[in-house]
Amino acid sequence: MELYELTAHNLVEMIRRREISAMEVLESTLQRISQVDGIPGTVQQDENTDSQANRVHAFITQTTERARHQAETIDRAIAAGEVVGPLAGVPFTVKDIFCVKGTPSTAASRILANFTSPYSATPAERLEAAGGILLGKVNLDEFTYGSSNESSAFKPFPRNPWNTHRVTGGSSGGSAAAVAAGEGALSLGTDTAGSIRQPAAFCGVVGMKPTYGRVSRYGLIAFGSSLDCPGPLARNVTDAALMLQVIAGADPRDATAANLPVDHYVSTLENSIRGMRIGISPDYFRITYPDPETGELRQEPLLPEIEAAALRAAGRLAEMGADMVDDIPMPHTRYGIPAYFVISRVEAASNLHRFDGVKYGYRTPDAVEDLHEMYRKTRGQAFGVQPKLRILMGMYVSAAQYSEQYYNRALRVRTLIRRDFDEIFDPYGKYRLDALLAPTTPTTAFPIGDVYGDSVLMQYADQLTVPTNHAGVPAISMPCGFDKDGLPIGFQLIGPDFSEANLLRLGRAYEIATDDDEWRKLKPNCINK
Amino acid sequence: MSEEITPEIFEHLVHLAALELNEDEAQYLRRQLNNQLKAIHELEAIPLSDDIKITSHGVPYSPLITPPIRDDAWLPNPAPEDILTQAPETDDNYFIVPDIPHTDLD
Repeated sequence: MELYELTAHNLVEMIRRREISAMEVLESTLQRISQVDGIPGTVQQDENTDSQANRVHAFITQTTERARHQAETIDRAIAAGEVVGPLAGVPFTVKDIFCVKGTPSTAASRILANFTSPYSATPAERLEAAGGILLGKVNLDEFTYGSSNESSAFKPFPRNPWNTHRVTGGSSGGSAAAVAAGEGALSLGTDTAGSIRQPAAFCGVVGMKPTYGRVSRYGLIAFGSSLDCPGPLARNVTDAALMLQVIAGADPRDATAANLPVDHYVSTLENSIRGMRIGISPDYFRITYPDPETGELRQEPLLPEIEAAALRAAGRLAEMGADMVDDIPMPHTRYGIPAYFVISRVEAASNLHRFDGVKYGYRTPDAVEDLHEMYRKTRGQAFGVQPKLRILMGMYVSAAQYSEQYYNRALRVRTLIRRDFDEIFDPYGKYRLDALLAPTTPTTAFPIGDVYGDSVLMQYADQLTVPTNHAGVPAISMPCGFDKDGLPIGFQLIGPDFSEANLLRLGRAYEIATDDDEWRKLKPNCINK
Repeated sequence: MSEEITPEIFEHLVHLAALELNEDEAQYLRRQLNNQLKAIHELEAIPLSDDIKITSHGVPYSPLITPPIRDDAWLPNPAPEDILTQAPETDDNYFIVPDIPHTDLD
């Protein structure tokens, strides 16, 4: 096994014991990136180049000199017998929606293509302070607006390491692809409607959306301020726990970061799950799709392969001692996407008004009459169609004459979605669940070009993940097998507020139960030599 | 069903959004907005009694988890030049913009 393939927790132990050096790990990982990643995304490329269709293209920016300096510092500290951080020597990537001091911080948009951040986001800063080695910034849907990475202004956009003609999912597609392809053991992503869990499922890795407020949003370029959650992507549950331990916690620079002590995620990972109650809801085993001809929404059963994989995962957790509870009602699940179409757009439109060509980022080079024309040309030229679509919808549904019909109604439906979760997790209620088990996605990774352009169909890719964002509750997605095309399938465990330790524990139990399964031995094509 | 976002409403939204669009883009965006509204109308099927209030964020901000309000203290930025150098145009530490439309009061 090559060094770049090792897990974060193994790397930490071996580096501390001086069996390997942080620099050796870094060089192995850089070598791996040069083999599989191909050219980085840039705004100069108008389209994806076919000549690099068998490459992953996770990166926008590599920070190789910074990484070498960090690895040297770790090796020197260990040689001197100094105490090092919990991620000392672990290479990681950051979704380019986070500001990291001294790096281009682009949001995969033309409007920030020339922006170099003067400060670091709290979770990114904590990863570096813990001894993590920053490999660079990875691609995403423009401003996180998408579920495939095809909307990135930085082309080529990432491709799925299991089949490079398939999408990575999104919006943390570069993060999931990088972790799956051996380009860094960990990646920092964000989840607003499923943007960590959906690409994690598509790329066969672990992704966790923590409780809203568990991880600070300071330095995260905002999309939906009431929904955005930074979180880990990793190759296994232990690594996700190790990373969450570092990034979670109160932050005086984010008033919405919860002022609650962080649990011990790593040390409790292998505690027994005997007697923990896991629910299964029929409302998560049927899906809604817009008819391609009429646009009318219709309900369909879940794809049999995905249903079977999720139910098999439930069976394995039952073997490990969990109590399974069937027929859990989650009646407002299907309204997650319609409510999200309203709430996220209003928040996005508000957040995107700061991009105006005045203090940073792109400004139109055209001659203009006045300030208003400068705004219109700057935003017209530098935003892609996905940000424009969200701004326009946000304007419409929050306008004074429509807000009661749309925005306020969506926020009240959000109350009902939250109540669904409150009822099933109530420790004195009828169900008293520790977690709800569900498939993460309605499909596996779809072919590049199949969905992009149809903004309704693309949004429905998030239908099984978005209710947790409305409710704020945490969820973890884990791989649970493959479909007939050899593409990963994911399932998720959703828990009550701040129950990350329990979810990670259940996830680890599932890993232990399936450790010897044949499908666990498969690796993405790009990892096979 | 007739289109909810007519060309006139769309024009108004584009103005509010401060966007300059080409014709192809405008057609695509207006069509997608109307398609999305079909999905949004699903929300109308849900009965909402008066006791159902809005939820502006999922996790309740209880006193247990809400951080105390910070002191209203002024902190200097350690490197304001790093911020100013990001600006498209500056002069003597001011951000420079084109003419700001204004109306003279009598």
